[in-house]
Amino acid sequence: MKKPPIHIVKREDIGIGKALLVRLLAILLGLIVCALLIFALTGLNPIGVYASLISGAVGTMRRTWMTIRDALILLLIAVGLTPAFRMRFWNIGAEGQVLTGAVAAAAIMIYFNQLPPPVLLPLMLLASLIAGMAWGLIPALCKVQFGTNETLLTLMLNYIAMQIVNVCIVFWENPKGSNTVGIINSDTKAGWLPPLFGLNYGWNVVIALLITAGMYFYLKYTKQGYEIAVVGESENTARYAGISVKRVVLRTMAVSGAICGIAGFLIVSGASQTISVSTGGGRGFTAIIVSFLAQFNAFAMIPVSVFLVFMQKGAIQIASQFSLNDSISDVITGILLFFLIGCEFFIRYKISFAGKSAKQS
Amino acid sequence: MKKLCSIVLALSLSLALLAGCGTGSTGSTDTGEGSENGTAAAVDVSKIKVGAIYIGDENEGYTAAHMQGIKAMQKALGLSDSQIIEKKNIKEDQTCYDAAVDLADQGCNIIFGNSFGYEDYMLQAAKEFPKVQFCHATGYKAASSGLSNFHNYFTSIYEARYLAGVVAGLKLTQLITDGSITADQAKIGYVGAYPYAEVISGYTSFFLGAKSVCPSVTMEVRYTNSWGSIDLEKECAGALIADGCKLISQHADTTGAAVACQSAKIPVVGYNISMISAAPTEALTSAVNHWEPYYSYAVKSILDGTTIKTDWCEGFSDGSVDITELNDAVVAPGTAEKVDEVKVALTAGTLHVFDTATFTVEGKSPESFTDAAGNELIFDGYFHESEFSSAPSFNLLIDGIQTVQ
Repeated sequence: MKKPPIHIVKREDIGIGKALLVRLLAILLGLIVCALLIFALTGLNPIGVYASLISGAVGTMRRTWMTIRDALILLLIAVGLTPAFRMRFWNIGAEGQVLTGAVAAAAIMIYFNQLPPPVLLPLMLLASLIAGMAWGLIPALCKVQFGTNETLLTLMLNYIAMQIVNVCIVFWENPKGSNTVGIINSDTKAGWLPPLFGLNYGWNVVIALLITAGMYFYLKYTKQGYEIAVVGESENTARYAGISVKRVVLRTMAVSGAICGIAGFLIVSGASQTISVSTGGGRGFTAIIVSFLAQFNAFAMIPVSVFLVFMQKGAIQIASQFSLNDSISDVITGILLFFLIGCEFFIRYKISFAGKSAKQS
Repeated sequence: MKKLCSIVLALSLSLALLAGCGTGSTGSTDTGEGSENGTAAAVDVSKIKVGAIYIGDENEGYTAAHMQGIKAMQKALGLSDSQIIEKKNIKEDQTCYDAAVDLADQGCNIIFGNSFGYEDYMLQAAKEFPKVQFCHATGYKAASSGLSNFHNYFTSIYEARYLAGVVAGLKLTQLITDGSITADQAKIGYVGAYPYAEVISGYTSFFLGAKSVCPSVTMEVRYTNSWGSIDLEKECAGALIADGCKLISQHADTTGAAVACQSAKIPVVGYNISMISAAPTEALTSAVNHWEPYYSYAVKSILDGTTIKTDWCEGFSDGSVDITELNDAVVAPGTAEKVDEVKVALTAGTLHVFDTATFTVEGKSPESFTDAAGNELIFDGYFHESEFSSAPSFNLLIDGIQTVQ
């Protein structure tokens, strides 16, 4: 039989160093393509555009903190989605789970603003956690009871959550009819996360990183984490091994929703101090990309979410410094993601050309 | 589940503990080191930096008008491009605060924000940077905030809407005279954004303008609950037309209504920009804001070292509002002359838009109205809109107007 000129072979484990190198090369290539594109479309010096992008994201101490703050929230949502994804439960309802968490935190913040902070803040956290958990449990319950499609249900619940927020805004808006809630408790700062170690967003860092680390160990080293992996691989195997699939699905979605709910708490209490339908800001969907790109590794999600938020923050600077629309950064992000996702192929497979002998794996 | 509960409990307990410490020991990290120049000292032209935060960009009519205003100010005062920093597409949440403090960090002496929902965030930034002037369009909290570096501004757009209403009323009168519609059918449809004072004041003034030349006119208002959504506005205008409206106007930022009117062959009065390109055979005119007078005034105040008014609101008298060119192919004959006449009266202050003799609320002429700050706004026979605060206050539902929620 004649050998085809190109042969694609699955690689043995490529090793962390080499895999990282491939990814860095992909980013470099992506940046070069973007540079060419920027120059072709706008005639601007791409280096200048990149410099402005970097300055926009980390140019000052304050900008750096804003990037960190938003990256942490994206990270937290991605971490929340991960156990569900590991179980092959396609939870695309993070946006809604974040919103219900946020709305619960805002409600406590508004109605119980007299409570002292040591009571109020944990109460808000708890309310967000429960709200997010409930919102995650609904599709899980429907799935285990009636065999519904979780993708559709989690997606649709996003829109219901948005309408719930809309209804709440009717009660909380100021002035009436304006559809804006404004900063909640701007005078008393009740329900605002206080600075920690002198850092304005210290609490955000602590909460997000603790949960990220916790998730890593939960998935990798606990019995429950293992059960999630088994259910994800094959429900039948799980059943054969005596794992109650129902219970695992419910438990995992409760965890997933709860973490997304906590992200909602962090947004309301630790960042924006307001609530609106755009409180989620699409991060519930972006987090799906983060989780997948990081291949469900909680720690790998840190650089990925930093990268995405970095590009976003840089965009504002590009738009203000050059007479460019901020969409240019979407273009750059898109191209870079294309290269990053594309390079995974080369990490998993090897292309060998005719003449050389391909090692079979 | 038990384990989960205990984790949650532990987490919240530790949070409680640390939150308690936090409030006791740590203070604010920002001490408000803004730029070096206060309001009292004059600033050299080459040293000034102007920041602007926009809800949209040049593709969105409302923001485009602000950007034009900034550009005209820049030209008038002779500032270089590097002295103007504009941030576009900024959302009405902490992104606005981020943008405001970032502009202050970059050394801006004065920062403008153009969207209603920015107010709290700009206030927050203003507290942190007491030496930087923050100016917020369409807001209402400057007077009550007690901050000397936070200001509100708006135009008397209701004057321009009244004038645009006159154009609309003349068109309806023409339709009645030539027999296309009966006097009872003269109903205006109004695409509103949100049901609060800014919009209510706007459609009421438009209605009163139309009524001044077409006494039988009525109006139906529907809300999109969005400032700028071309689909919703188109849909909303379509619903109004289906409900028997013979002319459409809007207080929302896109060309959606104009597009719907062009295909339904219904005359339309726009906002922010001329709608003639979107509805060549239907657009009559548009009410527009000119922000240049304010931007020049405010920036010049910094240069001169004078204080900026807490509430600023001007109309025809200093060119802050106007209507766009009349579409001669569509407007009723004699419109241009009438427009000139009304404009002169509005500029001179002899014609009052909210003259209480011209409208009733639940059958009675209103006699008293107190705004949030406790000022009586109805005296000398008219409602003193925007005289005590820059943001509109008129939020009465007058007879002849029907709103659909």
